[in-house]
Amino acid sequence: MILFDYTRAATVADALATGRQPGAAFLAAGTNLVDLMKGGVTNPERIIDITRLPGLSGIEAKPDGSLRIGALARNSDVADDPHVAKTYPMVAEALLAGASAQLRNAATVGGNLMQRTRCQYFTDAVSPCNKRQPGSGCAALGHATRIHAVQGWSEQCIATHPSDFCVPLAALDASVEIEGQGGTRSVKLTEFHLLPGDHPERETVLEPGELITALTLPAEAARFAGNARYLKVRDRTSYAFAVVSAAAAMILDGGKIGQARLAFGGLALKPWRVTEAEASLAGKAPSPEAYAEAARIALDGAKPTGEANAFKIELARRVAVRALTLAAAGTPARLPALPASPFGIV
Amino acid sequence: MTSTIEPVRHGSSIGQPLTRRDGPLKVKGQARFAADNLPPGTLHAALCVSKIARGRVKSLDVAAAEAHPGVVKVMTPENAPKLSKDPDLKDVPFTFRIDVLQNDKVRYANQPIAVVIAESLEAATEGARLLAPTYEEETPRIGLDAGEVFTPDAVGVGAPPEQVDGDVEAGLASAAKTFTGTYETPAQYHNAMEPHAAVASWDGDKLHLFMPTQGLAIAQGRLAGLFGIKPTDIHIDSPYLGGGFGSKGVPAGPQVLACMAARLTGKPVKLVPTRSQMYGPMGHRGPTRQTLRLGADEAGKLMALDHHILTASSSFDDFFEPAGRVTTTLYASKSTAIRHEAVRLDTGTPLFMRGPGEASGSVAIESALDELAFDLNMDPLEFRLANYAEVEPFSGKPFSSKALRECYAQGAKAFGWAGRPLKPRQTRDKDGFLVGTGVGTATFPALIFEGMARAEIRADGSGTVEIGALDMGQGAWTALAQIAADGLGLGMEELTFNMGSSDLPNAGIAGGSGHTATAGNAIHAAAQDVIGQLTELAVNDQASPLFGAGNAGVTAAGGRLTRRDDPSRSETFSAILNRAGRAKIEGKGKAGADAAAQKSYAMHAHGAVFAEVKVDPDLGQVRVSRLVGAFAAGRIINPHLVRSQYYGGMIWGLSFALHEKAEMDPRTGRFLNDNLAEYHVPVNADIPAMEAILIPEEDSVVNTLGVKGVGEIGITGTAGAIANAVWHATGIRVRDIPITLDKLLG
Repeated sequence: MILFDYTRAATVADALATGRQPGAAFLAAGTNLVDLMKGGVTNPERIIDITRLPGLSGIEAKPDGSLRIGALARNSDVADDPHVAKTYPMVAEALLAGASAQLRNAATVGGNLMQRTRCQYFTDAVSPCNKRQPGSGCAALGHATRIHAVQGWSEQCIATHPSDFCVPLAALDASVEIEGQGGTRSVKLTEFHLLPGDHPERETVLEPGELITALTLPAEAARFAGNARYLKVRDRTSYAFAVVSAAAAMILDGGKIGQARLAFGGLALKPWRVTEAEASLAGKAPSPEAYAEAARIALDGAKPTGEANAFKIELARRVAVRALTLAAAGTPARLPALPASPFGIV
Repeated sequence: MTSTIEPVRHGSSIGQPLTRRDGPLKVKGQARFAADNLPPGTLHAALCVSKIARGRVKSLDVAAAEAHPGVVKVMTPENAPKLSKDPDLKDVPFTFRIDVLQNDKVRYANQPIAVVIAESLEAATEGARLLAPTYEEETPRIGLDAGEVFTPDAVGVGAPPEQVDGDVEAGLASAAKTFTGTYETPAQYHNAMEPHAAVASWDGDKLHLFMPTQGLAIAQGRLAGLFGIKPTDIHIDSPYLGGGFGSKGVPAGPQVLACMAARLTGKPVKLVPTRSQMYGPMGHRGPTRQTLRLGADEAGKLMALDHHILTASSSFDDFFEPAGRVTTTLYASKSTAIRHEAVRLDTGTPLFMRGPGEASGSVAIESALDELAFDLNMDPLEFRLANYAEVEPFSGKPFSSKALRECYAQGAKAFGWAGRPLKPRQTRDKDGFLVGTGVGTATFPALIFEGMARAEIRADGSGTVEIGALDMGQGAWTALAQIAADGLGLGMEELTFNMGSSDLPNAGIAGGSGHTATAGNAIHAAAQDVIGQLTELAVNDQASPLFGAGNAGVTAAGGRLTRRDDPSRSETFSAILNRAGRAKIEGKGKAGADAAAQKSYAMHAHGAVFAEVKVDPDLGQVRVSRLVGAFAAGRIINPHLVRSQYYGGMIWGLSFALHEKAEMDPRTGRFLNDNLAEYHVPVNADIPAMEAILIPEEDSVVNTLGVKGVGEIGITGTAGAIANAVWHATGIRVRDIPITLDKLLG
């Protein structure tokens, strides 16, 4: 058997102290980490179980109008929270579109941010992969599949980030609360994940031993509640990663779009928010032309990594247009039976 | 049908929609599958499999693995127990070559190259990792264009690769409309929920195995040959299978490796392959590229039907997907030809997979038929009826029964086919989704194999039926017991029914949709034997109220024999046996193909499947919104179980049309989706409201019970119906299966 140390952290300080040791990994639900360990993709020497850390699973509406979600809150608990569903509907919709009910009941929101790519060449534990083994090359580059990136990739890595949850978080300006030896810091979710560049082995801004303790949605995010949708195009109705997804939201102001938000999943190694596309919508009346223009801008610079994923660029434009159309039509009073599905319109 | 078959039922079990007798055990986790067994002292084995597809293993770090705590032994070609027979020798029919460490050659990715045996599964697994194999790698041949094309000697199980009836070139030349199209179907993997587990233990030269198998005697024969022992010295327990779909028809290499590991260590060994290790040594549905050339006259009568198939087998063994077989039975055409060609690739050997041949062939021919019907401006159902085969094409034999017209009619009615626009892209629902409908014809041969059973009735009035039959989820524990109860004239509660062990009479293979026919008729014959002997006792005994009734003058039901001509005169089994001083009466029965009937008749089950799909016009995502199948398959033993089989088949057809595809990296031959997260099969949310209509069909020829198979037919027809519906919705014809959203973006 693979031998590793297992310790259960009693306090955050405790976790931070042990987490700094070489070869350490934090364990929450383990829905991704344990699979990767079984597959020999990652071999931590020290597992620090953080599931018993007190006070990290709350979902709390703050007096300033913001929402703080503890890092250990379960995906299903967040999705089912009435305040979340009402105030940040596309966050709930994205959560419910992810994985399966069983996984959502176990998985934590902090873990969701930390999940690794599903690139087949990363998970097979043998192919050259710069992320798994820096300097070994990228086996995916010569045989990209539909899950590979069309935005923000480099010659070193063409993987994508698989999260649904992170897409509306990026769109809504969420920030990540991080504890470290030096204290607490806050990083915008859009800046939390790193593009591959020359160092695909670095996936987030977390320094060794740092721990995510919470996510915060700013008060401003609640203003989008009436016109916000997450749309996920996928190869089957459940338990499938997005081929392309989009979170679209707007604040309508006297028949015009006051502000818009637009972010994509399935395109890049991080949730792909395009503020230029958002800006193009501001001040315009909601219209197919305006959405098409935003979609065009959003996919500016997109480049396929192979024949198999070239379609994703046009698909992403259409997903953006549809998501914006749905958002403009208004958030449904209740989440659809098939959340985020094109067939789930209410 | 004009003839009415003799009633074969004495009791009241056949035809009843009983729920699965093993259902409560399975729901409670109490049904013991092979891997649930752990005899005292059992060691755990883990496979080390090849990460290359072609070449040889250069080194294995055996020392590192053996140094790992808990590892007992590493089995490699160096120390593997010597087999009595070369595992590549095909001296017995139905033998497939397996990889059991006979040398250092690698013939496909995921091929076992060593086995680590340890005190725990964890130690074995880590030991396998520590072997860190190095290879001498050759360029693998992956994909239908990678090999040299040749004509195989046979396709499927002994079928001819080429068959010609009439002159297709002349037929095409004389046709008013012709159509040519090429369709591709990918390699698919069985993915039974239960892996090919084996728990093996030796007692001298006797071998005991807990192992799921679809063929107990086949497995005994194969293992006996390999280990140089008698088949009767091999005992296999296989009470439940977590699915087989053909992949458990013959013992897989890893199951043989478990036996070898047990021999090497002298201890019981349990070996359960991982999901990804099942992509290679357990068979798969071979890929196909099928070109159909069709011609029809003005009235829509087929003048020519030409079906060419390119498929693939492994570099070292033969199984060729017989995708053209369906064309020899399905439609009437003035001329018909099928021709199979193949290439050899560096993959595991393909194998029969639920609906072998028919499933792949059906999606191509049903698609092509619709493409030609549209050219002819004909309704697809009308076109099929215009080419209805009244007798079997090629052979010219009449069908033993064929209620296909009724299937079309009732299916169309239930579905609401009438009034369907001929042109595609005509219909949108209230939400703007494109809506289309399609039809496909379902067909599968009605097979029967050789099988035996034994039965007895005891003086206390109870009875037993025993047979080495197998339940792989289809419900054999229930349906066969129903046949047994009726055969013996007992209620289900008076019957002890045993199956799933090699100690019981050989019931042949649970495959080819022939198991209910084979095992059922063997059981029926054994029961008839018992009832015959009991009758003999009674009618010749002056003390019996049945005296003088004659052997044909009584029926058995409710634990009694009763005079046909006077139901008031009857006697219990118990009374007859007690008076005769007999503790029990034993009987035996056999089933098998009736050569004379097979010479005179073509025997197939039939059906018609109707599908409605919705397609997002911009995003290409497809949702099947309705599926209706109407099937005629002879006598229905248990309508509840049969309906489930049809649902399962239709869902597989949906999976075939929209989801399943094994992906390999052509550079390495390694799989990209050898797991159930990424090898897609549908989830519950993909499955629409379904209806399976059971069309009554009597068949006095096919076998005594008049049953045909229902296990595979549901896939055929369904995939084609969905492909046709997608075209009808969108106007886009996808000829490259599966139909994924990227192909529908327009």
